[in-house]
Amino acid sequence: MAVGEPLIELRDVNKHFGALHVLRDIELTVGRGEVVVVIGPSGGGKSTLIRTINRLETVQSGSIVVDGRPLPEEGKELARLRAEVGMVFQSFNLFAHRTVLANVMLGQTKVRRRAKPDAERRARELLGRVGLADQAGKYPGQLSGGQQQRVAIARALAMDPQVMLFDEPTSALDPEMINEVLEVMRQLAQDGMTMVVVTHEMGFARSAANRVVFMADGAIVEDRTPEEFFRAPESERARDFLSKILKH
Amino acid sequence: MDVLTQNFSLYGKGFLGTVQLTVYASLLALALGILMAAFRVAPVASLRALGTGWVTVLRNTPLTLLFFAVMLGLPRFGLVLPFTVFAVIALGCYTSAFICEAVRSGINTVPVGQGEAARSLGMTFDQTLSAVVLPQAFRTVIPPIGSTLIALAKNSAIAGSFSVTELLGTYKPLNERGYSIIWSFVWIAVGYLVITLAISALFSLLERRWGVPR
Repeated sequence: MAVGEPLIELRDVNKHFGALHVLRDIELTVGRGEVVVVIGPSGGGKSTLIRTINRLETVQSGSIVVDGRPLPEEGKELARLRAEVGMVFQSFNLFAHRTVLANVMLGQTKVRRRAKPDAERRARELLGRVGLADQAGKYPGQLSGGQQQRVAIARALAMDPQVMLFDEPTSALDPEMINEVLEVMRQLAQDGMTMVVVTHEMGFARSAANRVVFMADGAIVEDRTPEEFFRAPESERARDFLSKILKH
Repeated sequence: MDVLTQNFSLYGKGFLGTVQLTVYASLLALALGILMAAFRVAPVASLRALGTGWVTVLRNTPLTLLFFAVMLGLPRFGLVLPFTVFAVIALGCYTSAFICEAVRSGINTVPVGQGEAARSLGMTFDQTLSAVVLPQAFRTVIPPIGSTLIALAKNSAIAGSFSVTELLGTYKPLNERGYSIIWSFVWIAVGYLVITLAISALFSLLERRWGVPR
């Protein structure tokens, strides 16, 4: 897939949680249409990294540029930028007090100021795309984890974002539900969506990623194509990690 | 029984006075309380300070003192209003501090991820709070807000000491007319029970109505 001009650029980003140095001198560029998968051991800063891109986490130093603009301070400007950056969470975070349909409509009406009928049409179309057209009237609590996560993807897509961030989207799911979510993500990648995905699903990394970023102890250790990375990881850290997870 | 039947219009006026005070002061307390709770969780430091100051001052001073401050203080700044309005202001502001804390505790029960999801969609702080967080907080704060408003109804009796027509104050004319003080008070108590039980019923209705499957 052709990769366009840079959409996300992180330069020399550092973050500390007290004495803990959670992001170390991060340099990362994600091109338009590119699918970047971030893998690595737990506590290595993967989730923190992805959450800095829409400023759910602030950083102490360095610059983060999205679509040519540096991330603004908290406020209207940042809200506008976040609408361009879809996010899918490990714990789904569907609005518990709203129906599935309302979940997918809320951002459209409140942020994009779309008229209700237009928002509903788009929501139903997206729910159809993730295979949940018949669940529109239910509440999140009535759905399985895999279904909830697919609704969450539809909710993020409803904003027509330029990039989608996935923060361990399948880690809270039962094994038999993981594939239904990965399948939706694969489809998105094929359609040319720019994606940054934190995951432990190596199969997805192999088949859908343009690049694999391996993170450990807050730093990016490797940043290569999946073929290269999985065939011959350069660093001892990555070799160790892969040997541990690929054993079973 | 005679006390009630022979002085029905007096009791009625007092009862309506208390109802009026309770309703208007409740509305003021809810509006101010929710606003102050929003301030207390706002990303702007000065708003947080204002909310915290509001709660600290009003929750920690006696209501009677606040009545004096409003009735004697505001006219000094040229604000002369009917005593009933002053009473509503004093009661409403005082109770808003408790409402604020109840609402804030409710906000804290809503998982952080709900707010994060709303913000990641591009919603502003106001939109996140009003469309996502408060509706979910609302459910958990129904019981404590009910209790607070019941306390407000009973606190309204203080207004009687400031020439406002309300239920408790009816004992004075009844006493002067020579009625049994005990029976006067029994019927006054029944009046308060009607009001407070009505509030209880309203809130248990709200609680049943807003149950959300989770």
